[in-house]
Amino acid sequence: MNFESRKYVLVAAVVTISFIFILRLFWIQVVDDKWKASAANMAERKITDYPARGFVYDREGRLLVANTPVYDLMMVPREVKPFDTASFAALIGVPLEDLRQRMTDARKYSLYKPSVIEKQIPASQFSAISVHLHHYPGFYGQSRTLRTYPPRLAAHLLGYLSEVDARKVAQDPYYKPGDVIGVGGLEQYYEEQLRGRRGVRYVLVDVHNNIKGSFKNGIYDTLAIEGKDLYTGIDLDMQRLGEQLMRNKKGSIVALDPKTGEVLCLVTSPSYDPELLVGRVRNTNYGVLQRDSIKPLFDRALQAQYPPGSIFKLVQSLVALDEGVITPNTGFACNKSLVGCHNHPNAATIEQAIQYSCNPYFYNVFDRIVERKLDKKSRFRDAALGLGEWEHRVRSFGLGEKPAIDLPSLKGGNIPGPAYYDRKYGEGRWAFSTIYSVSIGQGEVLTVPMQMANLAAIFANKGWYYDPHVVRAVGEPDSLQGRYRQKHVVEADAKWFDHIQEGMRRVVNEPGGTARRARIEDVTVCGKTGTAENPHGEDHAVFVCFAPMENPRIAMAVYVENSGAGGRWAAPIASLLIEQYLTDTIKRQEVMNELLETDLISKEKFFRKKPKKPRRR
Amino acid sequence: MSARENVAANFDRPLLLMYLALMFMGWANIFSAAYDPEHASILDLDKEYGKQAVWMGISLTLGAGILMIRGHLFRDWAYGIYSAVILLLALVLVVGKEVNGAKAWFGVGSFGIQPAEFAKYATALALTRYLSGLKALIDIQSRVVSAAIILFPVALIMLQPDTGTALVSGAFILVLYREGLSGNILLLGILAAFLSILSLILKESTFHLPFTDRELPGPYFLLGIIVIGAVLAWLVVRNMVLKRLRKRLYAYIVIGVVASAAFIGSVDYAFEKVLAQHQRDRILVMLGQMEDPQGLGYNVKQSQTAIGSGGFSGKGYLDGTLTKFKYVPMQSTDFIFCTVGEEWGFLGTAFVVALFTVLILRIIQISDRQRSKFTRIYAYCVASIFLLHLMINVGMTIGLAPVIGIPLPFFSYGGSSMIGFTLLLGTLARLDAERLSQLR
Ligand SMILES: [Zn+2]
Repeated sequence: MNFESRKYVLVAAVVTISFIFILRLFWIQVVDDKWKASAANMAERKITDYPARGFVYDREGRLLVANTPVYDLMMVPREVKPFDTASFAALIGVPLEDLRQRMTDARKYSLYKPSVIEKQIPASQFSAISVHLHHYPGFYGQSRTLRTYPPRLAAHLLGYLSEVDARKVAQDPYYKPGDVIGVGGLEQYYEEQLRGRRGVRYVLVDVHNNIKGSFKNGIYDTLAIEGKDLYTGIDLDMQRLGEQLMRNKKGSIVALDPKTGEVLCLVTSPSYDPELLVGRVRNTNYGVLQRDSIKPLFDRALQAQYPPGSIFKLVQSLVALDEGVITPNTGFACNKSLVGCHNHPNAATIEQAIQYSCNPYFYNVFDRIVERKLDKKSRFRDAALGLGEWEHRVRSFGLGEKPAIDLPSLKGGNIPGPAYYDRKYGEGRWAFSTIYSVSIGQGEVLTVPMQMANLAAIFANKGWYYDPHVVRAVGEPDSLQGRYRQKHVVEADAKWFDHIQEGMRRVVNEPGGTARRARIEDVTVCGKTGTAENPHGEDHAVFVCFAPMENPRIAMAVYVENSGAGGRWAAPIASLLIEQYLTDTIKRQEVMNELLETDLISKEKFFRKKPKKPRRR
Repeated sequence: MSARENVAANFDRPLLLMYLALMFMGWANIFSAAYDPEHASILDLDKEYGKQAVWMGISLTLGAGILMIRGHLFRDWAYGIYSAVILLLALVLVVGKEVNGAKAWFGVGSFGIQPAEFAKYATALALTRYLSGLKALIDIQSRVVSAAIILFPVALIMLQPDTGTALVSGAFILVLYREGLSGNILLLGILAAFLSILSLILKESTFHLPFTDRELPGPYFLLGIIVIGAVLAWLVVRNMVLKRLRKRLYAYIVIGVVASAAFIGSVDYAFEKVLAQHQRDRILVMLGQMEDPQGLGYNVKQSQTAIGSGGFSGKGYLDGTLTKFKYVPMQSTDFIFCTVGEEWGFLGTAFVVALFTVLILRIIQISDRQRSKFTRIYAYCVASIFLLHLMINVGMTIGLAPVIGIPLPFFSYGGSSMIGFTLLLGTLARLDAERLSQLR
């Protein structure tokens, strides 16, 4: 049998099927408008929901940072129909040339992906634009939010928002070019909590850009998660007063609640108005601030490292008492041949030594700490042993390493131990005589103001502290942050602190004390002044204090640069802040006025060019 | 002249050109379907087009390798290859990776191999080997053996289950027909399909009997029609057919009515008792008996919308909006033809359909010029397989065929199917190149 002819069945089937297919394709693609119409009715748009960034509150629930709505004007080039470019440019308030350029760029980027034509149009302006927008298919508004700072304070503490850089985009898949990210301060540290999580929706839109419902019932959508609010321990009134008092001065103020470690105020000066770094003017203003010679972007409270000066004598006393190398009743003569001092009676007790801040006294104390005669053969090895024990104890005061605070970019200061000096001079090549300036807080010892405030808290608590922190709760006001509930106990017995506190009380309250200007009626303030040596000019003044003595509620460190002795400016600033915090009023208006009028910067600024004024938004 | 030179000289260049053209067009479309302008990189192995490029490289290497193999080896190895694939199909049921409820994959990192896609190649070789040894397919034994060769892998694939891929083996009926299977059997098959579809369509409806109050269920109505037809046929036979033939035809009519009744009954039984609910739904939607906007009917509507929106000349390459955003399901695999339709318009779709048609016709032409029976039957297998894939895949995207998930050769994303089609064409090209040198 021959089945040759059957091959034509297959050929016929192939040709027939192809013919039918092509006819059908011609029908649905060219003839029948039904499919095109339904396609036009159902263009999808991917809409990104940017969740509102979390707010930041002070300890009384007053807003430090909030959001204000703005709109990005977006364009999808392939949906744009020819339109009157000039009147559109006038409508959105963009120069015609710019608009043309941006539209060309958008086309170049993608025909069907949205591009930003104009960024961050304020809500009031956008509502005027949006009523006309239906005349311009392909354009739509994407709502976003900008930061706003109702009290216009605490710029460094809060940080600001900036567009992510390419490196961050490559590192973290969450971020896409054009996204914002927190830079500095709480915005950076709590970025993940504040930002929430971006959501994506696919919606169907008609030719007039009206959303006609979600695409496929939203099975591809991801829900945006709102940013969490931050509840800080900041006292807005104190922060404001601190910034006022520090105006025209260089320096910083750190105040803590010693019972909890919460930061009550964190002032660094010179500072800037946080609104300057918001929105469209950010880049210009940032440049201006960066070039300013008084360095308003530098956060002194966290990054400036100073020698602690005389305040370090308090730590030395505690170490010496706890080691047993002195007793509270040990006295040393003020022998100015050892190290310089001012005129005062000889200190017969540790309280007097603190009250008079006698340098030779603490020269002797530190000598006893270092030269313990633990190694009788070599005074070099002996010094290394003594200093090693000392270093261990001093570090327990939270010195020599970065505070575990919830803020980025901190400095940790320096506590020089045997390893440090071995590196610097060589092993066995240094002894007490090499390092004696450490005894009075000079030399290689460095601290940042945050550590000094914590030190004040330790004095107030008689030997323990919680890590300083700004935010006490995230999301819910009463959800305390667990990691800041861990008590640190320093290597010095609580009983020795009575003598330190008494000494600090005399500094402020007794005749001959160095900080008599810090006295407040009805409140026992304890304090200690210090001078940080400044090789470049007049010394920096420091004042640490806590109050009230009986039940301390505030501990503080105040730095005023180039102002000489700590009692002159730093002490009254601290006392005003204490008064404000404890009594909610300022009775000593004349002290206040004097401080407000003092301008320490213009003195040094005399020979410098005036910086360009930042532009307001 | 050595055989080797003979092979190079007789190599079919149009076949190679069409193979390469389809492959590169296919890749360009997968690139577009998965294209993301924010992360545009051609060789991104996380993306489908990146992986597909790797598969293309593997396929081209494999294709070149196939061309080096002497033609008689395919014949010698036919049963061996068949057995190996059967083994793989059995193995995948045991150790395979389950994807979308089917145990069909061997996973190698992020690349997967689907042995079912090689089944058609193995079956084609084995069937060809068997048929080329016969004079014609007319006795019962050869029919049973042929059916067994075809159905054994089908059964294993059905167990995965992957109904779509199993259905591709229907293409071999064309081969069997070509080799002598009675046309009546084909006709009977078509009739049976027609009857079952009709009975399912009429299943849910009832008919009012004229002059009475009775409602008649659909299948009985259908049976009534058949009986009326039989009576008419009987009248025709009685009045128009020679007397000596009548008796036989009467018998046929009676057998036909009884067989139809039995068949309709068994279709009903199979539908209700054998099939699962989702399979019943699928069939009913396919037959237009059930609305299912989110299911299969929805897919077809979406895919036609995407194709229709392309218009005459399309929206332009990479500019399709509907085929982005996952508008059409299974965009880069089963519904890749939508991207062609949306971005290249009628010009593009017509070109692709025409190119496949020319390819199939060319394969038939190649089949006709063979002196070797083995090569002739093999080529016919290849042509039939391509036709079935074209028919089902393109047909379903334009609403002319049921939604059965089988790939469009070289266009759909997937390495196994690309390798499978490369093997089919490569073997054909080698066998064809030897058409003058040997007689098998
Ligand atoms: Zn002295």
